[in-house]
Amino acid sequence: MLNIVRERLHQGYRTLNYPFKQPVISPRFAGLPSITPTSCASCSAHACTNCCPTGALAITPDGPALDMGRCLFCRACEQVCPEKKIIFTHEHRLAAYTREALIIKGPAPNGFPDESVRPALGEPRRNLSLFARSLKLREVSAGGCMACEADVNVLCTLIYDLGRFGIEYAASPRHADGLLITGPVTENMRLALLDAWEATPDPRIVIAVGTCAISGGTFAESTEGCKGVESVLPEGCVDVYVPGCPPNPWSILDGILSVAWKKAHANR
Amino acid sequence: MFSYRSAIDHADVPNVPIEALRGTIIDYCRNGWDLMAFFGIPVDGENGAELIAVLGDPDTHTLEILRSLPVRRYPSVTKECPEAHLFEREIFEQCGVHPQGHPWLKPVRFCRSAGDGQRPGPAQANYFHIEGNEVHEVGVGPIHAGVIEPGHFRFQCYGENVMHLEIQLGFQHRGVEHLISTLPPHAVLPLVENIAGDSAIGHATAYCSIIERLTGTDIPLRAQILRRIALELERLANHTRDLGAIGGDTGFLPTSAWNGRITGDFLNLTSELCGSRFGRNLLCPGGVKWDADPALCQSLIKRLRTAYRDVRGSVNVMLETPSVLARLTGTGCVSHETAVDLGLVGVAARACGIDRDARFDWPLSDLESPLLHVRTEMEGDVRARTLVRSLELDDSAAQTEADLQRLSYMEESKIAADVPNLPAGKIAVALVEGWRGILCHVGVTDDDGGWLAYKIVDPSFHNWMGLAMALRNEQISDFPLCNKSFNLSYCGHDL
Ligand code: SF4
Repeated sequence: MLNIVRERLHQGYRTLNYPFKQPVISPRFAGLPSITPTSCASCSAHACTNCCPTGALAITPDGPALDMGRCLFCRACEQVCPEKKIIFTHEHRLAAYTREALIIKGPAPNGFPDESVRPALGEPRRNLSLFARSLKLREVSAGGCMACEADVNVLCTLIYDLGRFGIEYAASPRHADGLLITGPVTENMRLALLDAWEATPDPRIVIAVGTCAISGGTFAESTEGCKGVESVLPEGCVDVYVPGCPPNPWSILDGILSVAWKKAHANR
Repeated sequence: MFSYRSAIDHADVPNVPIEALRGTIIDYCRNGWDLMAFFGIPVDGENGAELIAVLGDPDTHTLEILRSLPVRRYPSVTKECPEAHLFEREIFEQCGVHPQGHPWLKPVRFCRSAGDGQRPGPAQANYFHIEGNEVHEVGVGPIHAGVIEPGHFRFQCYGENVMHLEIQLGFQHRGVEHLISTLPPHAVLPLVENIAGDSAIGHATAYCSIIERLTGTDIPLRAQILRRIALELERLANHTRDLGAIGGDTGFLPTSAWNGRITGDFLNLTSELCGSRFGRNLLCPGGVKWDADPALCQSLIKRLRTAYRDVRGSVNVMLETPSVLARLTGTGCVSHETAVDLGLVGVAARACGIDRDARFDWPLSDLESPLLHVRTEMEGDVRARTLVRSLELDDSAAQTEADLQRLSYMEESKIAADVPNLPAGKIAVALVEGWRGILCHVGVTDDDGGWLAYKIVDPSFHNWMGLAMALRNEQISDFPLCNKSFNLSYCGHDL
């Protein structure tokens, strides 16, 4: 017993006062891409689109367009672009309200005011304030490789302490306000995901976490389904997208808070 | 027979009648060899396949590869060699070859390729079923209450006691092996890193080794050391998480809470190396993509020491608590004989007294590993699996610290060698001790240097049956604890 108390004192208090304090993430972390929007006509090699493993890059008349919904943040394009037009910043806040807003065509904003929750990119499809007071999410892994799942689960641990925002993972979709979905949605999980969706009482939200859930990611060419959440659930049902393979836990927390942030949190 | 680090010509693999292949598998497995992989390559024109068996002798570090003449059916080897049971079901599903007399022949993953169109999902399949007064059936999944992957568990119970547990997976099937042979080469490694996200380093190491062995590429010393650091960090993170989860399911919450945090500390060390907590984007065929300079090595050593001190303290208070030990001891036993018969691997096997560890049986490089040891326990219960993990934490932390020291005093040099194109018609095998157990990849190239077949055997493929056996005659309420003590991968099994 004494040992437990002694060890408890050693382990200390670890929760970070996010979002008022920003986390320290590895300097090698690839965050929000920043793009120089000038024509690529003089560059015929297009090494960037050729090296991209998931076809996330397109060359438009105004320069590269990077779809974060397909990107693995592998930095291959950053390394090959002769004009350094694609740069990955260190910004972990990547969530978007719409699929289109995930397509990056311009420079990243020069930092966000740190003392706030940044709203996600794009405009919400509908008023989400109903969910801001308390949020119960049912996690459904549909072909997820356990990296996204691990980083979703880790939000319950001491560092992040999801519970202090009034957010919890519910054991059943019937007790949930919405689904948090990871994985590319395999053919064999299609029915189970539809069942879980139908069991969630309306109004309900959907958060798609990870590149797989958004677009199928590295599995998009599979013959076993795997085209992402929107290939199975009704169109336009996803309220927040969190890109990354897997997203950093802070990116996931930011994504969830872009639904469930309430003024009361700011009064601390 | 050949040395495991070299590649051989597909044409040189002895092509024997199926009876001889059967005989060899059964004989060798009785004599202490392991069945590493057993799969089919469909043959053009005929509805059949040539079967390939990869056998390994850990004591002499030798592999034997055999292939059969094409067959459509053959007498199953499972009754004589139970560790082949799932391989034969897989061959049946993937190639349509019928292992006659297999005791439980049903699809493994319910792939689309097996029977197109209106296939039943894994949940609608036939299950082993016991009837009788007071016998009842409990079905769980595919979606579970926690944040974990999907799978279906069907318990046959008499009162609270489990007579039989059937584990049906396949919900996670993404067609990985097929994708590997169809995707352009630069898209394959990111896919391999997603086979089982918590074993990204393990699977990436196996894939890169296959490429390097096929092309005869030697990787630089710095890369060998960095790969080992990453592999051991992966082990540290996952063992820490599992020990915490075992604490959680025992109701010992301090360790459960602390280990959740410390797991992240280890993952963040990997993230310092490559930007990803799960080691994505660290390896490449020929070496590694990111180097660590002396300053980074020293800061990693400092953080590693702190995280190791924290996890040691956290796990020690759990293992000193009599009520925890009482809960773990004697729960979920797998006997040594069962473990040998089923060909269990990794932590689960070492907890049953089987001294197999690919870091020693099939070392990836000539690096010495004086600080690593094969840790075994005899009892085969949850406590044994807990202790093996706890001991391996010490070894991995010590070896990683030594490797980081060595790296920080080494001359700067290349971290990746150039890799030529894949040669035609060769076979190579890679065996890597991931944190769950041995990972086996087999690559077979075709006449154009593409993949004729790429076979992946995750440790979970061998071990799920071990979990089912651990539940025999246990209380159904012991399931979560037993499950955590194995902590197997669904997607690694389902591919
Ligand atoms: S960083 Fe993203 S867009 Fe660039 S090559 Fe990698 S996956 Fe493609």
